[in-house]
Amino acid sequence: MVQSLNRLKESPSQTAGPYIHIGATPNHSGIEIYGNGGDLGRTLVGPDAKGERIVIKGHVIDGGGAPLKDALVEIWQADSAGLHNSPQEKRGKADPAFAGWGRQPTDGVTGEYRFETIKPGRVPFVDGRLMAPHVTFWIVARGINVGLHTRMYFSDEAAANTECPVLARVEHRDRVATLIAARGEEGGRAVYIFDIHLQGEQETIFFDI
Amino acid sequence: MTDQGSFYQRDRGWHPPPFTPHYKTSVLRSPQRALLSLENTISEMTGPVFGHGVLGEYDNDLIRNWAKTGDPVGPRIIVYGRVLDENGHGVSGALLEFWQANAGGRYRHKKELYVAALDPNFGGCGRTITDDQGRYCLRTIKPGPYPWPNRVNDWRPAHIHFSIFGHAFAQRLITQMYFEGDPMIWQCPIVMGIPDRNAIETLVAALDRENSIHMDALAYKFDIVLRGRRSTLFENRTEGN
Ligand SMILES: [Fe+2]
Repeated sequence: MVQSLNRLKESPSQTAGPYIHIGATPNHSGIEIYGNGGDLGRTLVGPDAKGERIVIKGHVIDGGGAPLKDALVEIWQADSAGLHNSPQEKRGKADPAFAGWGRQPTDGVTGEYRFETIKPGRVPFVDGRLMAPHVTFWIVARGINVGLHTRMYFSDEAAANTECPVLARVEHRDRVATLIAARGEEGGRAVYIFDIHLQGEQETIFFDI
Repeated sequence: MTDQGSFYQRDRGWHPPPFTPHYKTSVLRSPQRALLSLENTISEMTGPVFGHGVLGEYDNDLIRNWAKTGDPVGPRIIVYGRVLDENGHGVSGALLEFWQANAGGRYRHKKELYVAALDPNFGGCGRTITDDQGRYCLRTIKPGPYPWPNRVNDWRPAHIHFSIFGHAFAQRLITQMYFEGDPMIWQCPIVMGIPDRNAIETLVAALDRENSIHMDALAYKFDIVLRGRRSTLFENRTEGN
């Protein structure tokens, strides 16, 4: 025998199941509870938040091409200066008017998710090089046994995307496109469409972080 | 010395794999390509904070947080425990959200197909935040098992779903709590997707007679472990990591 490392094992993940919306967005699912605050993560951007207002929307699509209507999507991102609204952020103080964390269900009829947020600034990689602006995504649903981590990058940041040390790591270069959302417009505001494909030709790159 | 380094690599052999064909929905929802390995960056090592200010008085009391005309029907239970990291340290300020079926096994959801009755006094969700030691508790009624559309006659063991937010987005976790002594745990394709019996047992809450409240509620203990961080021994990482 040797000394023990006395380390615990992470609790094993289990699927979020078909009723994740009851637990995570109860008001959306018709259970009016928790007072006026509503569902956590519904609003990211305060009135005084700095940066460009954008919309991110899309679908989570299964291997048969059908959108998931029972998924939950969470995002986490830096503010317009590249700082996170988190005590773990040691590089400076983030914009207090921007939460950085958002949570939305995919719609029970159409399967669409939608976030109103701001365009993030750049954040350094482990070695100090700047990563391209990105939004971190986490997706859970019935049939997903461990929550899926991915990232959304911006189509109008071609130069930054080219030098991003994370995107540079993708061996099969045609897959980089699965992480890049196309910029469009909706009522004078930038809209990025980010569809997440769980399987198939266009399978999104998911990360083991 | 504190644990300020990156998170321990997630042990993918301890978690259920993405593709578990006896759980049929996983067949078309499981990524087939290898995950892209990525060392933790600031984007994953940070995470939002949820202050106790977001909580209402009855948020962790499912017996009271939806009650309209009286208490919900069913065995009254308390679930308590700690949120720890893999180093055994309590995780303070962790947001826990939980949801479950009522005592008859019925969820309050419009897509629910099970004929068991809704309980007008039971909503089926709650939330809390751990204290400075990582402790939490909630009060509820014991959920019933329920049938679900998978194989012809599959039933879920009684369970409570838990969503846990630690200090970093990399720690994000959703899991389920089962109840000591339930034979249906070992018949469930969702549970049995976890390859290691020892891992499954960490999701089974222990009946705790000592902390039960006489003439009121049984107690179950359920600890949850989130990913832990490396110590930064001789590491010279770039500012911000
Ligand atoms: Fe369930």
